[in-house]
Order: sequence, then C-alpha cells, then structure tokens
Amino acid sequence: MAHTLGVKNTLKKNTMLIALVVVMFLFQFLIVSFNKGSLFNPANISNIISQNAYVVILASGMLLCILTGGNIDLSVGSIVSLVGAIAGTMIVTMGMNIYVGMAIALLCGIAIGAWQGFWIAYIRIPPFIVTLAGMLLWRGLAMTILNGLTISPFPDNYLKYFTSYLPGDANATTIFNITMIVSFVVCGLFIVLQILDRITKKKKGYDVEPMVFMIIKVVIISVVVLLIGWFLAQHKGIPVVLILLTVIVLVYSYFTKKTVPGRHLYALGGNEKAAKLSGIDTNKVLFFAYTNMGFLSAVAALASIARFNSAFPAAGTNYELDAIGSCFIGGASAYGGTGTVGGAIVGAIFMGVLNNGMSILGIDANWQKSVKGIVLLAAVVFDILSKKRAKAK
Amino acid sequence: MRNITKTFPGVVALDSVNLEITEGEIHALVGENGAGKSTLMNVLSGIYPFGEYTGEILFEDKLCKFNHIKDSENKGIVIIHQELALVPYLSIGENMFLGNERGSYLNIDWDEAYTKADSLLKMVGLKESSRMLIKDIGVGKQQLVEIAKALAKNVKLLILDEPTASLNETDSRKLLDLLLEFKKQGMTSIIISHKINEVSYVADRITIIRDGAVIKTLDKRTDTFTDDDIISGMVGRSLVDRFPKRNHTIGDVTFEVKNWTVYHPIFEGRKVCDNVSFNLRKGEVVGISGLMGAGRTELAMSLFGKSYGVDISGETYINGQLVHLNSVKQAIAHKIAYVTEDRKGNGLILSTPICENTTMARMSKISKFNILDRDLEVQVAEEFAAKLNTKCTSVMQNTGNLSGGNQQKVLLAKWMFADPEILILDEPTRGIDVGAKYEIYCIINQLVEEGKTVLFISSEMPEILGISDRIYVMNEGKMVAELDQKNATQEAIMTHILQSGKGVE
Repeated sequence: MAHTLGVKNTLKKNTMLIALVVVMFLFQFLIVSFNKGSLFNPANISNIISQNAYVVILASGMLLCILTGGNIDLSVGSIVSLVGAIAGTMIVTMGMNIYVGMAIALLCGIAIGAWQGFWIAYIRIPPFIVTLAGMLLWRGLAMTILNGLTISPFPDNYLKYFTSYLPGDANATTIFNITMIVSFVVCGLFIVLQILDRITKKKKGYDVEPMVFMIIKVVIISVVVLLIGWFLAQHKGIPVVLILLTVIVLVYSYFTKKTVPGRHLYALGGNEKAAKLSGIDTNKVLFFAYTNMGFLSAVAALASIARFNSAFPAAGTNYELDAIGSCFIGGASAYGGTGTVGGAIVGAIFMGVLNNGMSILGIDANWQKSVKGIVLLAAVVFDILSKKRAKAK
Repeated sequence: MRNITKTFPGVVALDSVNLEITEGEIHALVGENGAGKSTLMNVLSGIYPFGEYTGEILFEDKLCKFNHIKDSENKGIVIIHQELALVPYLSIGENMFLGNERGSYLNIDWDEAYTKADSLLKMVGLKESSRMLIKDIGVGKQQLVEIAKALAKNVKLLILDEPTASLNETDSRKLLDLLLEFKKQGMTSIIISHKINEVSYVADRITIIRDGAVIKTLDKRTDTFTDDDIISGMVGRSLVDRFPKRNHTIGDVTFEVKNWTVYHPIFEGRKVCDNVSFNLRKGEVVGISGLMGAGRTELAMSLFGKSYGVDISGETYINGQLVHLNSVKQAIAHKIAYVTEDRKGNGLILSTPICENTTMARMSKISKFNILDRDLEVQVAEEFAAKLNTKCTSVMQNTGNLSGGNQQKVLLAKWMFADPEILILDEPTRGIDVGAKYEIYCIINQLVEEGKTVLFISSEMPEILGISDRIYVMNEGKMVAELDQKNATQEAIMTHILQSGKGVE
C-alpha cells in the first residue's frame, strides 16, 4: 500500500518531467515525419544547451524571488543588457584584464540587485514597481553606455570560458572517449553519493526509501546522464557552459533544500506573519533574494555576451519573461512558498525544447510566441486545478 | 425568527432559537463569547444563506429567504459589524454609498451622493464634511458613519454587533442616545453587547443566549433589569470535570511585567494596553480572562518581541533581571514562546509539511553552519507527533491538510521544540473539538510539571477556571483584578469586567 502510494506520489511530483519527455517525443515524431532531421541530433542537443544557458541561470535566481511570495523581477533582461555593456566596454574597448573585468561586472550585478532589494525589502515598495522601474532604468543606462552601438568581438581567452568545448582540440575519437569517461565518472559519483547517504541514514536509524525505489531512481538518472554524454561525445564534447550550469543548479538546489536561509525563503512566502513570529528577519530574506537575482543576472550577462560574441543594446530583451515562465511551468506557486530549483530547470528545458522543436519544424516565429503563451497558461492552469482536486479529496 | 438551527461542522451553534422583535423597540441580545449571538444575527441578515440553516425568518409577516446580504438590505434589515467595514482611503460619502451608489451604473452622481451624505451625517450628529477621508476621523465617529450608512439604505431594522466595544464612555453614551432618538422616530434596532449597564440603559427587552439557545427574555415593563439576573443567565453553566488534575509545585517569580503600555498601531493615541503589571511563577498556569477586544492578545504579542503596537513602554523582568525584548529573536533567545490564537494566519505555514513547521522557530537545533540535517528534522518531528498524539499520515504531510486540533498540536510542537521556559498560549483550544481540548490541557499540565511557566489566554471562562492556578481579569486594556483559584468563579470574573466597564474613567 505504502509503495503504490509512493509510486503515485512520485509520478505526481514529476508531472512536468513526464510532460517534458512526452513533448520531446512528440516533436521527434513530427520532425521525423516531416523529414526535417531529428531533435536528438548530437549537434542539436549541444545547441539546446548553449541556447538556453541564460534561462537556466536566470530561472534559478527568479525562483528565489518567486518563493518569497510570488514576487517577480522584471528587470533581469535590462540588467543582462547593462552588465553586458559594462563588461564589453571594459574588456573590449578598454582592453582590461578579463578576470578583473568579470569580477567588476559581477560586482555591478550585485550592486544593482542590492539597490532594488533595498527598496523592496526595507522600504517595502512592491517588487513589481521597483523592478519595472529598474527595467527602464538599466536598459536606459545600457543604451547610454553603448551609445546605441554594438561592441565586438570579444577576445578568445574570454570566449573560451563560455563557448568552448572540453576536451577542446582533439580528434573525434579522443573527444568521444574522454566525454564518455567523464559521463561515467559523473554517474559513478552520483551512485556512490546515493549509497553513502543511504548508509549514514541507516546508521543513524532513520527511515530509508525502499531499495527498489532507489535503484529505479539511480538507473533513470544514470541513463539520462549517459545519453546526454553520448550525444555530446559525438559532437564537440562537453560545452563549458554546461559545467557552469551544473554548478549553479547544484548550488541553488542545495541552498533551497538544505540550508537555513533557504528554508527562510519558503517560510516567508508561505506565511510572512508566521515567519516573523518565528524570529525570522523577513526583510533580510527578501533583500537577499533580490540581491542574488542581480548577481545571477550578471552571470547570465557574461554568458550571453560570449554566446553572441558582442554586447548590444537590445541584449536580454524578454529574458525576464523566459525566466518567470520557466519557474511557473516548473510548478512554482504564483503566491509563493512552493517551488523547487529542479522544477524551474525542467520548466526552462521545456521552453527550450519547445523553441528548438518549433524552429526545426520551420514554424513561423510569430506563431512560436503564441504557442509559448498558451503552454505557459496551460501549465499553470493544470497546476492549480490538480492542487484543487487534491484538496477536494 | 422561529426555530433557527445552524450547525457548523462538528458544532451546533444555534439550537431551535426563537426570537421575536416588536416594531419600534430596542432589543438587546446578551451572552458570553461564542454563545451564538453573532451567528443568529448573521442568519437574519443573510450572511448564512437560506438553506444553510433550518427554521424560518418572518419579517413584517412575510417569510424571508435571504440568499445574500443584499436581499436582507432590500427589505430594510442592515447589520453593522463589530469590525467596521469602512475603506480607510475613501471619503465618508464614498463609504456611505459603497455598493449603493447614487446615479446610474455607469455614471455615479457624486453631487447627489455628497449632499445626501451630508444631511445623513447631520442626523447622526456629525459635523464633518462627507468629503473627508475615513482614516482621518476617530473610531467613535466611524461608528456613527456606519449608522449613517445604514440610514442611507432606508433601514427599518438596524442590527448593531457590539457597537461600543471600541468606544470610550462619552462616545458610547452619544451612540446609545442616538439609538433612543431613532426609536422615537419609529426605527427598530437589535443591539448585541457585553456591557450590561448599556443594555439596561437602552433596551426595551433583553434576550439572553447561552450555548446556542435562548435562556430567557426580560421585558422592561414587567421585569426590572438587575446585573445579577443577567449575569447568572449568561453564565449559569455547571462546571463539568473536563480538566485533568496535575501535581506540581509553584516556585519563584520567573516573569514579571511592570507598567506595560501599548498604543494601537493604526488609530493614533488609542491605548490597547494601559499600565499593565503582572507576574508569572515557575510551574504555574496563569490565566488571563476577559472579553474579546480586552487587549489580551495585544498584550501577549507586544511582550513577545514587540510584535504588536507602537510606543510601547514598561519593563519586563525574567528571573528578577531587567530584559529588553525588542525583537522576536530576542524573545526566543530569552526562552519565551508565543503560541498564537490565529494558527492559520500567524502560526503555521500551511503549504509546508509538519516537519518544517515543527522546527521553524529554532532551526539552529537541527543545523550546523546553516546546513540543515533533514533526516534529523524528520526524526524530531516524528518524536513530537508521537508525544502530542498528532494524527497525520506522516510528518511530510502538509499542515494545511490537518484538522484544527492537529494543527494546534503542530503549533504547540513548534514552540515546545524551541525549548521555552515561558509559554504564552493564546486561545489554544479555539475551534477544536472536546477530545483535542482535553489533550491540550494534558500537554499544558505536563509542561508546568516540567517546571515551565504557562500564561493562558482564553475567552472561555469554564476553561480558564478549570486550568489556571491564578487568574488575571483584563478589560479595556487594563488589568482589573487578580483572583486566586479559590476565589475565582464566573460570576466574580464577570462582575469585575462589568464593574470596570461601568466607567470609573
């Protein structure tokens, strides 16, 4: 009985993941039947990853803001543009050392986030208004700095940190072998960590999930990792940006799940009064969420100027909407208090696959937007309806 | 109203109540908190629609089936709630015609509205312009605006739910005189009140309600109203042995409050706690009794890290030492816990599991360098669930899916996990069934046997008498009496409240 409940719950928790797989195969079916190649083409998989890097980075930060009570940050696209402009000016125009340039760019992001966080958390101006103002302000500053022009190209030693592939220049066989070895090592590491966790839990006398569950989980995740590795191995190897993404996702996932300040985010969004009466400094939590958003926007800016190999005034347009959409598709509540980094990432990949699949099919760009809009609404409607039904039971 | 019965899940709030109001009279409804007065009036005004209760409502000899508050207002029945329903940032005139706008749907005639509003304000004795904002006038005047608003709806039967609860003596008197004035003009009104002196002053007939049933109706022409009659009618309930016994020893004073004064955060200059002093001893359960709005919750929250009120003055001592509790964090660090009366609004995070709620007030106990040990968290939550007999499928269940009694246990667990020495329990048994109440009393006994101190706030008198070693009586922001367990009776408490309310001001 407990096991069947477990299966049901696991499925329920991962509905978006299942939807993602379904959508992927649907596109694959359509693409193949229209004879337009394949979604699961090694080059395309690699492409999806580098195309959507910015969404994943921004969605991780946006989730923290949304957790605090459904608060969104509308300014991230403009921050990406501004920080990109600053970095471009420093690195390309002024020829500054790239490490110093990157550090200053990140500091600028933190400062911008702190500025917005201050108004939101301590003066309690609604985030919507503060970030709307920021959206105009930062975009305006970016245009002023760039004077309406594009800065390019960036030096290779900068680009290599975001757009190159590991192991780099080598023949196809070496790339394949090394990529596969890395994939196996990642899988092995994952399995070892799972087993170690299980052992410590047992030692301390805590409940552990059924063995079967753990094996299924480990097998599925390992297969996915190996598959992605196999695809990447056939193209150019592991994109450097994928490593950056993995680090960000792991760090923020851990932060929200397993740390005290992470828990505070959920408490604030779930019930601010209760959080306050439990001795949580809710202002500080809110301030942190927005400062962090500024920081991650700067990271996304560094990645995106590398991807386009230029800093231009219109950079980052609509990025905020992609990030917000990913979080909501990934099951974050529009009222705050629920949502996971993992969910937001699934949402981001979902949007990415949608974009990519439609592009391959040659669907008109205007139609693509409409489809994305419908999908976003459908995801949130589905989420709310299923929660309502759960309550009725 | 005939044979009105209204049930809420698990509780019969009204049991075959009959109430007859004669045209042109002022009829008073009195009774303890939770006796069913407000429920009865909500049935009459259509807040609980036809079909949710049984029985009949006859108004001017016609059977009424109100589905909506608008239906009863169309008949001329208007209710003014205790919590004023005025929008602070709209003008007096806009408030008076809210939902009842002058002119047409797409074209409000503001000239007519404000002219009408001004003349109605004159009728209730207000000289303010109807263009002033509600937030700029005092509570007493706001109450009068409510009445003027009712007049704008061509009221025939006016229901006032505790109209003077937040008013001072002069304003109360003004309002009561106004009611008498309207009576001369033929208006009928029902007034719900705790204050016996006001009721005897203004009412033609008094109906006493207790436990959802009418006890008796007194008539001014045939009976004389005496405080004793009314009090014994309101209280007259035998104390059943619903409270577990405990063995404990009372020690020294652990917590002492001196000259504590708190001002209302919104209404400037209104004192919610006025020069309050009290003390708690180790291993003691001290009750604070009083009517709703007496300032008990406000007192507790202001003590708990100044979570309520402004311009707080006074001193707090723990074990004889002066302490400053300026934030909730400091209060928790000084081992004080405040278990809120509003478990859903202020206590629990309903969207998160039991285990996360349990540890929320003291996450340092389950973490190292801010890294949570989730397994340990689940383990301690399970321990508390077992200890308090919380019924749940697992500690991973969301607190929103638990029953009220079990939610209350999670809330208690949360604060017990914080290792407090002094627990302030604010209405810990509100809205939960008898069995769960007994369990909560047992937990309280266990806590004091362990040498903790419990400050127990409750509006239910039998409960407070049954559980407390000592009782403070609070009324209108002041401590008006301190009673030993031996001397404490419902009559004594009521008398203290009523005498203090009589206006020694």
